[in-house]
Amino acid sequence: MSMLNSSPHGHQGHSTGQVMQQVMLACVPGLTALTWFFGWGTVINIIWLALLALGIEALILHLRGRPIAFYLRDYSALVTAVLLGLALPPTAPWWLGLIGITFAIGIAKHLYGGMGYNPFNPAMVGYVVLLISFPLQMTRWVLPVGATDALPGFGESLVMFFGAEPFAGIDAYTGATALDSFRQQRGGMLVSEFWSVTDVMGRWSGLGWEWVNTGFLLGGLYLLYKKIIGWRIPVGMLAAIAILSAVFYDGGSSASGGSPLMHLFGGATMLGAFFIATDPVTASTTPKGRLIYGAMIGIIVYVIRIWGNYADGVAFAVLLGNFSAPLIDAYTQPRTYGHRK
Amino acid sequence: MSTQYQDIIKNGMWANNPALVQLLGLCPLLAVSNSVVNALGLGLATILVLVGSNLTVSLLRNQVIDAIRLPAFVLIIAAFTTCAELLMQAYAYTLYQTLGIFIPLIVTNCIILGRAEGFASKNVPVASLLDGLMMGAGFTSVLLLLGIVRELLGTGTLFANMELLLPFAGGWEIQLWQAESPFLLAILPPGAFLVMGFLIAMKNIIDRKMAEPETSGETAVTGSKRVRVTGQV
Repeated sequence: MSMLNSSPHGHQGHSTGQVMQQVMLACVPGLTALTWFFGWGTVINIIWLALLALGIEALILHLRGRPIAFYLRDYSALVTAVLLGLALPPTAPWWLGLIGITFAIGIAKHLYGGMGYNPFNPAMVGYVVLLISFPLQMTRWVLPVGATDALPGFGESLVMFFGAEPFAGIDAYTGATALDSFRQQRGGMLVSEFWSVTDVMGRWSGLGWEWVNTGFLLGGLYLLYKKIIGWRIPVGMLAAIAILSAVFYDGGSSASGGSPLMHLFGGATMLGAFFIATDPVTASTTPKGRLIYGAMIGIIVYVIRIWGNYADGVAFAVLLGNFSAPLIDAYTQPRTYGHRK
Repeated sequence: MSTQYQDIIKNGMWANNPALVQLLGLCPLLAVSNSVVNALGLGLATILVLVGSNLTVSLLRNQVIDAIRLPAFVLIIAAFTTCAELLMQAYAYTLYQTLGIFIPLIVTNCIILGRAEGFASKNVPVASLLDGLMMGAGFTSVLLLLGIVRELLGTGTLFANMELLLPFAGGWEIQLWQAESPFLLAILPPGAFLVMGFLIAMKNIIDRKMAEPETSGETAVTGSKRVRVTGQV
């Protein structure tokens, strides 16, 4: 090392590859909860998407004349695959993942210049492409253990994965997710009343989902502890969701939007707050900007959940946040030392 | 055929294609290219207006004084657009309803005013008529290509509902694949932008491939870096 390094001088020297490995490691608690409550589908998704992601990444790097091994070793394609795999429903057939990861890696990442140049989070672009193109397959979630007699086993998950569409037995396992049934099936009931008549709600949020989100929260705290991510984006996003849902909780009335705990531990909140919105390439980069960026995503998530057309809105909110990140950055540049603003 | 006419044909269809190179008229191009029949309907209407306005503007080019030429051109274009609209109402009413606002909006299509101002007001009627026809055909062919790709991906069919435009084309529909779950993105607006982007990229690749033997390595790609190049004036 030469003496003429630029600041910061005291750094740990994490390579991109090491950071990405830590991110994947931090997904394990959430993935475990997903598998426990919703079956093997998510694991199958992730394995399939990881294979595809590496293949597509290598193919495009070859076409672009870039060093393949160097870029494959940064694991960024694998993280995209893992995040998309966690977001897809466990019943996803193989072609759904193929289309999603092709858009994520091929179009959202490499057509914009590859690693470090993409303005939009690749995994979320892939997810949104699938969500607006194949709403039926993308909303067909498995009923969590506890709301159903039996989860699809590993073999049945494989049949669903390869399944000739439509798989006859699939309806026995699937049902509306907690957030979805809270929106669609409440029909003027009080929140407590709905909680007592439905079997998809758990202790404080959706059955299964509360533990999935706890898992991702644990993983996120690990990433914070390891200083892989900063606190501002998750705190901004979670605070916005908590405040909005507290304001519109309305004492659990028939017009209530649901409790803050339900929203914080429901749907993709924690996965989005710690793993997706914090993507260093597509997020805001200034300290104040990150708080604003996180809060903006949180607000949009809540607005979509309560007044929008979709049960959950994390993917759309993150993409809209990505859109605004350059603008937020431009208006929140910190004062440089020795200069007035 | 003189080289001037060959140039007009080449410019309209390829080298200065209004949709792929000038990137004009993108709004109707992207909005109605979700099926072949819509694309062809709008394309034919645009050709009609473009040919009519180019010819008329060229005939009147020495009578109209410079200061009021743009309002005069717009009036001429509006007259032809109204003709196209009335014709569609009379002979293809369902298609007219499907295309909706985009038929009257032909009047604001920049290609048409661009050719009137940039070409027809400076050239003889025959050349202007050919230019209108070729620019219109270039626009329509891109529109059709977009329509084919998007209809194929989005619904799995080709030439569905062609009888709305051509009464004899009732049985033209081809079911290429059974769309249990169609790729809706292709019919939605983002699909239009994506397919359009790929078409422009393909044209650039073909251009580069064709230019390679001539330049043979020494001179790299020169020429205008601007996106919009509005023809040889």
